[in-house]
Amino acid sequence: MLSIEFLLNALIAGLLLGGFYAAMSAGLSLSFGLLDVVNIAHPAFIIFGSYLTFYVNEHFGFDPILAGLVFAVPSYFLGVAVYRIYYNCFEKTGAESLRGLVFFFGLFFLIEVILIITFGVDYRLVRAFYIGKSTSIGSVGIAYRLFVPFLVGGILAAVLYLFLTKTFFGRAIMGVAQDSLAVQLMGVDPIRIKTVAFGIGIATAVIAGSLLIIIGPVEPTIGREYIGRVFAVTVLGGLGSMTGTLVGGLILGVAESFTSSFFGPSWALAVSFGILLICLAVRPSGLFGR
Amino acid sequence: MSKERKLFLIVAAVLIVGSFLITTQMENRFYYKAAYVVLQYVVLATAWNILGGYTGYVNFGTAAFFAMGAYTAVALIKTWKPPLYVLLVMGGLVSGLLGLGIGYLTLRLKGVFFSIATLALAVVLQMIISNWSYVGGGAGTAILKPRSVPMFSNYDEFLFFVMAALAVVSVAVAWLIEKSWVGRGMAAIRDNEEAAECMGVPILKLKLFATTVSGALMGIAGAPFSYFVVYIEPTSAFHLDYAVNSLAMPMIGGTTTWLGPLVGAVLVGTAQQIATVTLSSEMNLLIVGSLLVGFVVFAPDGLVGLFGKIRARLAGREA
Amino acid sequence: MAENLLDVHGVTKRFGGFSALTRVDLHVKENERFGLIGPNGSGKTTMINCISGALANDEGNIVFAGRDITRIPAYQRTRLGIARSFQIPKPFVSMTVLENLCIPLEYAAHQHSHGVELRGEAMEILELMSMTDKADVRTGGLTQIELRKLELARAMAAKPKLLISDEAMAGLSNTEVDDILEILVRLNEEGLTVIMIEHIMRAVMNFSERIVVLDAGEKIAEGTPDEIVNNKDVERAYLGA
Repeated sequence: MLSIEFLLNALIAGLLLGGFYAAMSAGLSLSFGLLDVVNIAHPAFIIFGSYLTFYVNEHFGFDPILAGLVFAVPSYFLGVAVYRIYYNCFEKTGAESLRGLVFFFGLFFLIEVILIITFGVDYRLVRAFYIGKSTSIGSVGIAYRLFVPFLVGGILAAVLYLFLTKTFFGRAIMGVAQDSLAVQLMGVDPIRIKTVAFGIGIATAVIAGSLLIIIGPVEPTIGREYIGRVFAVTVLGGLGSMTGTLVGGLILGVAESFTSSFFGPSWALAVSFGILLICLAVRPSGLFGR
Repeated sequence: MSKERKLFLIVAAVLIVGSFLITTQMENRFYYKAAYVVLQYVVLATAWNILGGYTGYVNFGTAAFFAMGAYTAVALIKTWKPPLYVLLVMGGLVSGLLGLGIGYLTLRLKGVFFSIATLALAVVLQMIISNWSYVGGGAGTAILKPRSVPMFSNYDEFLFFVMAALAVVSVAVAWLIEKSWVGRGMAAIRDNEEAAECMGVPILKLKLFATTVSGALMGIAGAPFSYFVVYIEPTSAFHLDYAVNSLAMPMIGGTTTWLGPLVGAVLVGTAQQIATVTLSSEMNLLIVGSLLVGFVVFAPDGLVGLFGKIRARLAGREA
Repeated sequence: MAENLLDVHGVTKRFGGFSALTRVDLHVKENERFGLIGPNGSGKTTMINCISGALANDEGNIVFAGRDITRIPAYQRTRLGIARSFQIPKPFVSMTVLENLCIPLEYAAHQHSHGVELRGEAMEILELMSMTDKADVRTGGLTQIELRKLELARAMAAKPKLLISDEAMAGLSNTEVDDILEILVRLNEEGLTVIMIEHIMRAVMNFSERIVVLDAGEKIAEGTPDEIVNNKDVERAYLGA
């Protein structure tokens, strides 16, 4: 039972899954970690992306990844609109800690209910030429349905990293996170920066949604399972650090993979919660925290 | 004892006796079932508000605290079938300790971490219960309710009476807290935690007190649940409805006083009971969700706040 | 013996790799008017946060009224007699002005013992601040100067032995500054020890009996206002020469 192969397979599966987790959490790390906007509806936007992808794949045969990238554009504007409401109603008046949080929770719930009403409660999946195939290196099998999201997720995280560190706008976002007054003095409106960054966060969530439905079938309430995961990854990685988010995602992926290999898949969910609680109790600034 | 407090206790006693008298007069089981659900939400919304409305910390895990009370009762019923009051006490104890534990781990940090932890808590506890076959696992288990109970013509009427009493007690607890130095300290924490601490308010102690009391009341509300539904399964005990409703009701009613959650729970709860007959459960949820977001955005002080504003305006016109 | 009310011994506070305070000593005598000044980012507010308990210092210890308070939480320090006002007013927004004062009265001054007439005591403090007409106003309806006064009033309601006033006068007009100075002098005459952190030199020089100057987290000078004015290090710190 406990062969090297077995462990290696679990490790590879975990790393592949972890890359996807990182992509899934990147947008949250941006909004929660850098902008202090606690968007607990993030997983709901991911599932929303999955269903958009499902719809165009089912009806027009769109490739899921292509669909995700195309939908990222309107989703950006959706994110901009959501942040506008959030800012005007809560952040401006200092009510974000109670009512702002409840607002996002309400959004989460509404998206879920609307998906149920529109698509029903059944599991939905997508078709693409790479789904269902796999390759193997030695005795280690690599399923493309895991590898493709890993790859795309990795690229997404890398692009985000480059954007934040190399472009003027990206550096302005990092600046807002550290000292919004200083950014203001540089002549940049911090609210505009936050709006753009939040929009980007939602766009990445929708892309992550298209990856999620490649990995496996999706139903409207599955977002709840990802709340613990995205927050575990963001907190573990140190809020706002893209490198940290990547490492956090990989750690969670591997930990979940081993847990489900040894104790059965139904226990995998407990891993993210365990990591989250331990992290909060022991080192809330995370692995790469400032 | 102040005059106000005496009056409040008398009203509470009258309500409890009154709900008992109702059971001697009326026979329709449907009404008792519907009233039970509404009263259960009075307890949950009031409990949520002690932490959320008074202290300013959002609990997304009402379902977890409620279900822990329910499953503590199931475990006890499976072992030695104690009387209901033991179930209530134990359910309250377990969920209260759960609140204390989660609070202790997360409340020393920025408040939002507490909320995130409660969000994940329900999912994980549901998973653990689903894997625990002694209490029925994921498939659930049937619970036999006691065949008869003295002074009541059937067990549903008895459960209605118990929940009515619990609702009165929890509103009274919220009222007592609100009017005491504890409640005033909580309000200071909600308004500005840093300033509160510098003014001598022991913030960690008060926050832990709030999570514990709030969690315990939710657990107590959950304890009779298995008798009420007869067949208990994790998906129903941990249903997201509890989390959504218990925070939507205070938000709709108003969060800063004991009256808000009561008004919200009675109005929204009753409307839901009527709507279940005519609308699908999804439409029902859609309405609650929209109301929640609508009130949070447009009427931050809830119905109680709106009413107060209208009254102030009318008084202004008269003057 | 003329005991010190507050002794700060070698306090160091670091944020990550940055040292905000490096082995700073402060000694404040009973009933003294004490000024703490320094350029922006010199560590004044960090010092106050360490004394009031909002931050835990990494090294050194703090003794107040003969008792080591280095490790006790902020709310207990307030109960022992250290009260502060905030640079940026932090009122309890859901309460009226009077209710704002009742919080420290109830929690710090009386520690929720029964049967105390809190409102009467709160009114006395408001009278001192000449704010009685605002007693039943919510804090949202106050002007900037009234918010500053509320900060001081609320700190006074904790019935402290030591009042730390953190830039209570920034942004106020000359007459408003004089108003607040007058209040502080009167409180000091009644026995209160005051630490004043201030950028307005006129105010702090007139008020203080003794001044400590911080720069980049270190104490660079200590003495009477006259000595400070003529100190070369201080001049260099402020003018950056």
